[in-house]
Amino acid sequence: MTCQRIWNGLTRMTISLRPYSVKRCKAPMVAALLALGLSACAPAMAPQGINDPFEKQNRATHALNLKLDTYILRPVANNATRILPDEVFIGASNVADNLGLPGVVANDLLQAKIGPAVHNTLRFAVNSTLGLGGLFDPASKMGATAKHTDFGETLSVWGVGEGAYVELPAYGPSTQRDTVGTVVDLVFDPLRLFIPKDKRWVGTVAQIAARIGDRGRYSETVDSILYDSADGYAQARLLYLQNRRHTLGQTTAESDFEDPYAQ
Amino acid sequence: MHSKTETTSMHLTRRAFGAGLAAGTGFLAFALPVRALTVDQARQLVDKLIADINATINSGQSEEAMFGDFEQIFVTYADVATIARSALGPASKSASAGQMAAFTKAYQGYISRKYGRRFREFIGGKIEVMDARPYKSYYEVISTATLQGSAPFDLRWWVGDKSGRSLFFNIIIEGVNMLASERTEIGAILDQNGGDVDKLVAALNAS
Repeated sequence: MTCQRIWNGLTRMTISLRPYSVKRCKAPMVAALLALGLSACAPAMAPQGINDPFEKQNRATHALNLKLDTYILRPVANNATRILPDEVFIGASNVADNLGLPGVVANDLLQAKIGPAVHNTLRFAVNSTLGLGGLFDPASKMGATAKHTDFGETLSVWGVGEGAYVELPAYGPSTQRDTVGTVVDLVFDPLRLFIPKDKRWVGTVAQIAARIGDRGRYSETVDSILYDSADGYAQARLLYLQNRRHTLGQTTAESDFEDPYAQ
Repeated sequence: MHSKTETTSMHLTRRAFGAGLAAGTGFLAFALPVRALTVDQARQLVDKLIADINATINSGQSEEAMFGDFEQIFVTYADVATIARSALGPASKSASAGQMAAFTKAYQGYISRKYGRRFREFIGGKIEVMDARPYKSYYEVISTATLQGSAPFDLRWWVGDKSGRSLFFNIIIEGVNMLASERTEIGAILDQNGGDVDKLVAALNAS
């Protein structure tokens, strides 16, 4: 039940929005990016508490996402992981991760993190060749384990604050900053330089299969948050924000430290 | 929302307390707090706790039997009363002593079942203590959980002795704070029951 994995189950409920966002968002995204880039000088302050001014809208989106999960993702995932062996989903997950590596390297470079950029380039080279196009992950066995990053993290490194919490339709929990990050990662994916247009479906299929696998394998944990919690929306929000801040290496803000002995 | 104001006021209280102390005792205010518990003792506590969890998740028992074991582990190593009071949040201040006792007992069973279900997914995996360090006026013991077929993840235990015994009072899983998550959840169940602590206790016992 690694949180990252549960995320994959929880957040990327489906990725059907993908072609749609790619086509429509390019120009406004570039403008947003420039605006963010210009205002970003100092490192972002460690975010604290929960900033959710769009809660009403977010809860409506959460209800929609729950329906998508109840009627589509959950039954598909539970059946698929029962019928097909684990190796299928692990392979799909490896392929999806490997195809994401050029984007990860680009973000490492944008964050001026040369060590991780080299590390992830080597992972891509090893797994694409010895790993048979990314189906296997021999690089991890050699000690070069996954070191993920994304454009949301790049923005954070550049000093952009996380903004408000948002739950995106068919995607799940995010923040304003991470939403921009996700869209930029989709639109400017450097993988396009490596893969011809008519082969791009491979990555999309691998990603969908990987999400289905995660949803199926961590079914009980995801269910416990989405369905068994008295307020699944609030639990998912808390889980996303705390885990995301942890991933970005943001230590808990002083005012967020809860001392149960002082209450 | 209320948790935010509460932590803020706690912060102010501590600051005001520090200022008072500094005014009263001058340089003494900068002295380090006396720690009765040591970092090694905190680590040993979590080592023993993890040995018990590992023994339970690899015991091959039924789910029901495991929940009993987890409840026993929870009572032995965790400051149940403090965790329960924190989970109940502001309502703990207006609840009667009898309600608090009933709530604490119901909560103990509830959390053992809930976390027991999650720990059950650790079957065949293991948890190892990696490091321990002072944290605020407590200790943070850092462990890594390795599960079959997934990347290792970070599990931290906050240990203190303010209850009079060395006990853990919070678990942080990949940055996710158990006390915060519990306060959100118990607060939501309390809301569903119209703010009635007795109904909340009944709901927890039925879970």
